[in-house]
Amino acid sequence: MLLNQFLLLGAVLFCTGVYGVIARKNAVMVLMSIELILNSVNINLLAFSLFNQNIDGNVFALFIIAVAAAEVGVGLALVLLVYRNRRSIALDELSEMKG
Amino acid sequence: MFQLFSADTGHAGWFLEHAWLIPVVPGVAFWVIILFGKRLPMKGSEVGLLSMATSLVLAAGTAYQWIQRVDDASSGESGRGVAHGASTLLHSALETEHGVYTQPVIKSWTWWQSGGLKFSIGQHVDGLSVMLLLLVAFISLLVQIYSLEYVRGDRRYTHFFAALTLFSAGMLVMVVAENMVQLILGWEIMGLCSFMLIGHWWEEEANSRAALKAFFTVRVGDVGLLVGTAILFGAMGTFSIQGISLKALDGSTSHTVLLMASIALFIACIGKSGQFPLHTWLPDAMAGPTPVSSLLHSSTMVVGGVFLVARLYPVFHTGFDINAAGQHFNFISVIGGITIVIAALLAFVQNDIKKVLAYSTVSQLGYMMMGLGVGAWVPAVFHIFTHAFFKCCLFLCAGSVSHTGSHHSFDMKKDMGGLFKKMPVTGVCWIVSTLALCGVPFVSGFFSKDEIIDNAHNNHYAVFWIIGLGGAFLTTAYMTRATYLTFFGTPRGAAAGEHAHVAHSGTEDDPLDADALSPEPADVHDPAFAMARALDIEAPDYAVARAPAGSHGTVALLREEELVAAAAHDHGGHAHDDHAHDDHHAPAHGFIVKTDSPALLTVPIMILAFLAVISGYLNAAPFKIEKFNEWVAPVSGVFFPELAHATFKWVNALPSVLLVAAGFAVSLFVCKAIYNEAPSALKGLTRRSRILGALHAFLVNKYYLDFLYENVIVHAIAHPIAQGAYWINQNVIDKIVNEVGINGRKSGQWVYRNVDQRVVDGAVNGSGTVARETGGALRPVQSGKINQYGALLFGAAAIGALVLVIVNT
Repeated sequence: MLLNQFLLLGAVLFCTGVYGVIARKNAVMVLMSIELILNSVNINLLAFSLFNQNIDGNVFALFIIAVAAAEVGVGLALVLLVYRNRRSIALDELSEMKG
Repeated sequence: MFQLFSADTGHAGWFLEHAWLIPVVPGVAFWVIILFGKRLPMKGSEVGLLSMATSLVLAAGTAYQWIQRVDDASSGESGRGVAHGASTLLHSALETEHGVYTQPVIKSWTWWQSGGLKFSIGQHVDGLSVMLLLLVAFISLLVQIYSLEYVRGDRRYTHFFAALTLFSAGMLVMVVAENMVQLILGWEIMGLCSFMLIGHWWEEEANSRAALKAFFTVRVGDVGLLVGTAILFGAMGTFSIQGISLKALDGSTSHTVLLMASIALFIACIGKSGQFPLHTWLPDAMAGPTPVSSLLHSSTMVVGGVFLVARLYPVFHTGFDINAAGQHFNFISVIGGITIVIAALLAFVQNDIKKVLAYSTVSQLGYMMMGLGVGAWVPAVFHIFTHAFFKCCLFLCAGSVSHTGSHHSFDMKKDMGGLFKKMPVTGVCWIVSTLALCGVPFVSGFFSKDEIIDNAHNNHYAVFWIIGLGGAFLTTAYMTRATYLTFFGTPRGAAAGEHAHVAHSGTEDDPLDADALSPEPADVHDPAFAMARALDIEAPDYAVARAPAGSHGTVALLREEELVAAAAHDHGGHAHDDHAHDDHHAPAHGFIVKTDSPALLTVPIMILAFLAVISGYLNAAPFKIEKFNEWVAPVSGVFFPELAHATFKWVNALPSVLLVAAGFAVSLFVCKAIYNEAPSALKGLTRRSRILGALHAFLVNKYYLDFLYENVIVHAIAHPIAQGAYWINQNVIDKIVNEVGINGRKSGQWVYRNVDQRVVDGAVNGSGTVARETGGALRPVQSGKINQYGALLFGAAAIGALVLVIVNT
């Protein structure tokens, strides 16, 4: 059954993404890791869509791609602004919100 | 005919429907005068006059329509078929076994509401109120016209007119009152205004004392009004006058309750209407300006008490069992009878002309009360009507005499006498009104007072019949004395042309008018007089012109040429009655009085004297004229008790006529003997005879009632009370307060130490500490590091997913 392989791929990608989000200091890398998480979800959705012969999964996947594009756009804009102000995009330096 | 009776009260006629406007107009005028009066060209007096004239027009319209209503109702009685009988119960007329009862025009609006209790305000227009509306508006208008001249140049001219207008408004409110609350409102407005007006010249201490005395004495009685109203409301559940009348007669209220209510209400009437033993404020009320006395004593204020009894007659009639078989006395008639006699006796020893009239008023009010007490409702109410005209006229005459004839003095013995020739108009009017007051046949007083006496006899109140007759004798005697002293005999004091201030400064009873008014002492006139002498001007032409109104009595001595001009002006083509107002004081200061008062004073007097003669013919029993009875008296039935009426017989009137004649003859004889130059055995009798002297002293001291009230009652009761109150204050209340204070401080300290410091502060500090430590523990989580947040987020998501998986499997 091919489904298991697809799900496994999705899980690996997800874990890679989570690792990237937690471990990387570079904001761009964090954004790319988020893309990985989202795409792992996409793989899951498409796999179940094929498996169940149901078009809904494809539709969801398309939505997620659109939202992810928007999210990356906003995120990169923020990163650009942060870079302009601080000449750095290291996330661990952005700790003004520390309680 | 059918149309008439099917008409509901909504078609009673515009004036009847809008009778409530009559008190509203002067009420509004009062505010206009107070707020804008001083800026108006006539200082606000025109607003007062205009409002009273408007009220009079409205009242006249109301009276006309009421008469129509009564006539229609009674003419409809014969022509109406049985079929319409039922509908009339609800409409303008109510048929009873005694005739047709004309329904009053009642309107009522909610004034305020309190806990489901509605207080309304409205109008209750029936014969009695229509009569009084007309009377009050008419007398008030005349008095205001008179005041234009009388108080000209007064420092509080505007306030005087404002108070006068509000006073009339108060009386009118009371007269149209639909319920007891509104009646109390009007009653109290009058009380307030009487205080303001009696104390108008309050700079003189006697005046402000008189005002306070009037206010407090009436207030003693007013408690009765509140108590009585409360009793009636408690027992009947209504304030409405019609409702009270209905429930007093239909037997639904217990007799004891009605008796209590009647006693309480009558105590209010004793205070307001100057009945014994609370009559003492009335003569002192003479401290006010004469127009005020005139208004107060004729149609307003003192009539208030009589009006209340007449208005709630069903309550009194049932409560006191008036006309019950075998009854010879009741509270109202006893008080009325006592008042007649004691006031008439007091009038003999007064030297102040206004005080004679004041006691005369008290005595006449006694007649009205006695009339109501013996069941003579119509004669008593008719006596209100006729008395208003002649008493008002007498007061205005007295004012005119002092204004023009006696240099602002009211002392008959010192400053009057022989004025008839000098003031013929005033004199004739005075005599006409005196005849009316004495009850000489064919003048108004005869038709009202004799009817009261006659009805007392007819209703088997023999004692009060005799008292009434005795009162008639006394009335004639003291009025003859007053007339003789004022208008006949030899001129004395100011009337004789002496310089008034010699006599005037000694007049303690009379701190009134010009001298009380002018800020400078009286003898300022003297240098003026001396200068006039120096200028060699003959006495008749001597004129000290007062500066016109506004500069308050500054005496301006005119230069010689001006004096001549003024004299020429005075002697010139001007009729005496309307000589120029700016120098109207000139005759008063000109020592020899040659003219009667100005027209503004004499015209109202003449109108009133004319009415004093003819007003009696509205209800002239000897001529079978009973219009007043027909228009004013409610027909007995559910709203009014059944009363017997004496049929007039000349034989019954004969004793009083003879007594009046006797009173005149005796008094004239005594007066001629005592008050003339010629020696007489009667002179100095009070000094020679100990008994008569004691009696005289007793009367001069007003039966020692003032002494009793002020020194004995107030001192004996109030003084120990004050002492006791002080002791209690010092030893009980202060002690309690101190103890409470000390204990309070101690317990406060304990509370501070234990409760405040430990419990309250502990709780506050504790919660603060807990919050701080919780915050400290959680603070590392908020690192500001996105990676850490992400780790927490995904960790939490992972735990959530794990829990989900475990729960689902």
